[in-house]
Parts: sequence; structure tokens; C-alpha cells
Amino acid sequence: MKRPADVGAILIHIVLWLGIVIVAAPFVWMVLSSFKSLPEFYSFDFLPKNWDTSAYSYIFQQTSYLRWYGNSFIVGVVVTVSELFFCSLVGYTLAKFNFRGRGAVFLLILSTLMVPTELLVIPWYVMSTDFHWTDTFWGIMFPGMIDGFGVFLMRQFMMGIPDDLIDAARIDGMSEFGIYVRVILPQVKSALSALGILTFLGNWNAYLWPVIVISTEAMRTLPVGIAMFSSSDNGGLQWNIIMAMSTLAVIPIVVVYFIFQRRIVEGIALTGIK
Amino acid sequence: MQSTSVSMGDGATAKLPRQPRMTLHGRQTATAYIFLAVPLLFFLGIRIAPTIYAFLMSLFKNGGPGFTLENYHDMFTSPVFWRALTNTLLYVVITVPIQLAIGICLALMIGRIKRLKGFYRTVYFLPYITSAVAISWVWRLMYDPSIGVLNIVLGWFGIPSQQFLQSPREALLSVSVVIIWQSAGFAMLIFMAGLEAIPKMYFEAARIDGASSWQVFWRVTWPLLNPTLVFLVITGVIGGLQTFTQIANLTGSSGAGLPGGPLNSTVSMVVYTYNEGFTNFNLPFASAVTVVLFVLIMIVTVVQLKVLNRSFEY
Repeated sequence: MKRPADVGAILIHIVLWLGIVIVAAPFVWMVLSSFKSLPEFYSFDFLPKNWDTSAYSYIFQQTSYLRWYGNSFIVGVVVTVSELFFCSLVGYTLAKFNFRGRGAVFLLILSTLMVPTELLVIPWYVMSTDFHWTDTFWGIMFPGMIDGFGVFLMRQFMMGIPDDLIDAARIDGMSEFGIYVRVILPQVKSALSALGILTFLGNWNAYLWPVIVISTEAMRTLPVGIAMFSSSDNGGLQWNIIMAMSTLAVIPIVVVYFIFQRRIVEGIALTGIK
Repeated sequence: MQSTSVSMGDGATAKLPRQPRMTLHGRQTATAYIFLAVPLLFFLGIRIAPTIYAFLMSLFKNGGPGFTLENYHDMFTSPVFWRALTNTLLYVVITVPIQLAIGICLALMIGRIKRLKGFYRTVYFLPYITSAVAISWVWRLMYDPSIGVLNIVLGWFGIPSQQFLQSPREALLSVSVVIIWQSAGFAMLIFMAGLEAIPKMYFEAARIDGASSWQVFWRVTWPLLNPTLVFLVITGVIGGLQTFTQIANLTGSSGAGLPGGPLNSTVSMVVYTYNEGFTNFNLPFASAVTVVLFVLIMIVTVVQLKVLNRSFEY
């Protein structure tokens, strides 16, 4: 069977591959640069001469990099769990319960969506200083424990669950909390995983609030650690170390992303459309 | 659980008319507020009260008692504030249309082909999920006038070396490029989802009527993508108004001075807030700046909803 060559499609493939070069170049440059010795940065070679790993050993021996990694992980996991639990609980209550004040509560939560984080960081900072929350995990995490977007998203999905399902569970004698855990949550798994991914990524990459609330090296999250080390400028920028730190921060996320790409990409598209 | 047997009773009797329904309603209200108690406390404590406090704080004197309008007066007479406001609008005007244009081109191209669709989508979306801090430092290295790779690449095409982030004329554009590089994939993803949601029969009908690809796009695809476009414009503009992380990491360090340089050429509203609030420790003044940002976001949201909603009706 002969098929006429689709010239248009071939052209598109060529353009898209050129685009991929632009997308990938910074990542490739980051990894290559992390294996160069500092003097090599001044002698334009694309590949590192000796694949020098001293930047990596410096990171593990001389900085608290692993600690920052752990901090970011703890913050990401705790905030994500809290966000999923509270947002789905409130979303369920608003979608499926009839009670006095429901409209007011929903409006109150929606109104918080219009307030940018930037307006809140100063009051949060004052609050954290007063309550001695600065430089603690709780201080980094408390603003993210629940948010209006998550509630709105979960409510949208919960509305689609048939009431009969809930009534049947009530007749079967399940407790209200049991219904939420065993009947409702399994119905919105895809929305939960999408919100979870978004929340974790958001916290993993968060910078503005952590950089304000964190004051000691040991409490830094990964982005704050990288930014603070990089800009500390002790005797010129140590580009090989900065690039090694960036590589270690970015590459694991890239690997996880490629493994779960379908779920991640579709999850984000899903939350965007709702 | 204790409530189990009781709720079973309510559920069973709910089928009967009148009286028992009241108790069910009462129970529902009680359960609802038990579920809502802690989350509502959170919303009040970390969102609503701080919002009100931010407005009040913008009227505080730095370090003294009493209320004053001085912060607003100082802000509106500060050239740096106007620089920050102008730059912020420039970031929006530069990054949002280009992101959307790249996004829709990618979405249309990927939609047109049959092979490797998922692969392209995954790769182009990648920058969006990576850490803005790490990525900004990589770009900062590439932009470096003396050791950066970008000047070498420009050299291949016979273009003279540029100062990029170190030139007050080029810095804002250089920051914008990083933002576009990171966010265009998001626009692509949402456009792709929007395109898939359009029923195929519209395209087929247009083709049968003899419409060219160009006509199909402008008469069918584009109008039907309107909701997607509204969503992307709003999220893009709001995101643009809040630009901070890339600027802070591309332009700030103890050697290069406060973020927002050189000569305030890249300073945005949020960077200005950060510098005033957490470097100069004038929190009331910084609050006043965030109030302006808040008002700006409100205006943009309302105006965009009004303007773009018009074209929804066909």
C-alpha cells in the first residue's frame, strides 16, 4: 500500500523538534555545567573536560543540602495531606448537605480566592513573629493547610455524585464520617490525585513565603536553600555548585514527571477546565 | 461510632412526609458544622483576618501608634513605585500574549499530527513543573555576558554580544523570556484540552461547506475556544501581576544588590513589596503596595470577565 507522504505533518515534526531543543537546552546546559570545574566556565567548551564531580561532593559535605531536601519533602507531604483532607471534606459538605448558612459559607470561601498571597504574607509574617512560628515547620506550612481553590474544585466534582449513593449508605447505617471516607472519596479519586499533584508541586517549588518565614540554614526548603546559597556570593558565584544544586533539585522531579506524565498532565488539564 | 444507629433511623424515616424531615435537616446542619468547624477556623484565621489586617496595616505608622495616610502618599510620590507598576504591566503585556500565541500554535500543530502527540505534550509542559528558583539560576548562567552560552550562540549568527540581565534596557525582556519559556507549556496544555472539547462535526461541516483551513480556524475553532482563552488570559494576567521568583533569582544577590536591578529596570510590584517589607523592614509601607496590587487584580478580573464574556453569545 502506498500512501502519499504528508508533507504538512513532516514540517510540523521538524518545527516541534526545533522547539524541543529550546525547551531542553537549559536542562542539558545545567547538567553539563554541574560537571565542570570553575575555570572551565571561562573557556567555552560545551562538554566538561574531566566530568569533575567535586561540586557534588561539596554539596553533600559542606552544605545542608540533604536537610533542605528533607524539609521540602516534609512540607510538601504534610500540606498536601491536609489540603486533600480539608478541601474534600468542605467540598463534600457544601455540595451534599442542606443547612442554614451554606450559601454564606460558600461565598466566604470563594471570596478568599480573590485575595493574592502577596497581600497576606505581611500579616502572616507579623502573626508568625507574635506566635513564635518563624523558622518552624508549622510556620512554613500553615498558610497552605487549606485553600479556596481546592474547596471549589472538590465541590464541583462532588456535585456530580448521585444523592442516592449517600442515602443508601445512610440507610445501611454508616456514620456521616464513614460515608465521606468510604463512599464519597473513592468517587473523586481522579480529582483528588490532580489536586494532590498540584499542591505538592506548588509547595515543592514555593519561594515567596518560605524565604520570608525561614531564617536559619537548617530550616530552609530546597528553593530557599538554592537561592540563598547562590546569592550569598562568597568570592564570586560558584556556578558549578549552583548548577549541581539545581540539577539535584530538578532531575528527580523530571524523572517522576516522565513516569507519571499522563496522570500529572491530565490532572492539571482537568483542574484547569473545571 | 455513636451516631451510626441514630443516623440510620433518620435515613429510614426520611421517606415519610413532614415531621421527621425536620430532624434530618437539623442533623444535617449539625453534621455540616462539625465538618466545617476546623476548616472555617483556618479560613478565618489565615485568610480573612489577615486580609483585613493588611488593609489596616497599610494605614499604620512604621514603629509608631495611630493611623496615617502617609504610606500611600510616600508610595504615590516614589519614582520606584511607578517604575514597579510600569514594569509589572510590561511583564503582563509582554508575557501573556506571547505565551498564548506559542501555546495555541503548539496545540494546533500537535493536534494536526498523528504520531508522538503524547511525547510532545509531555516535553513542552515540562518547564512548567520545574522549580522556578533552579531554572532562573540556569538562565542566569546562560545570560551571563562573559561566560554565558547565549552570547556564543548569538555569535554563530554574527550577532554581537549582549549584556542581557546586566543592561537596564535588556533586563526586563530577558526576564520575560524566562517566564515565557516556563509558562507557554501551560497555555498549550489548556488549549489542547479546549480543542479536544470541540465536537468534531463542526470541523467536518465547515469542510463540507468548502471552508479553507484558515477559515475553519478563524470562523470555527477560535470562537469556540473563547472560554479557554478567557481562562488563560485571566490566569496569565493575574500570574503576571504577581511575578516575583524569577526576578528575585535572576537579578538579586549580595554582589548585584537588591533584586529588581539594574537601576530598578526589572523591579515588579511584588519585588518592590519584598524589598520594602523584608529588606528595609517597612512593613506598613509594603502593605500599602500590596493593597494596590490587590486592587489591580480585582480590576483586571472584573474588566476581563465583562469584556470577554460579550463574545460568548452566538
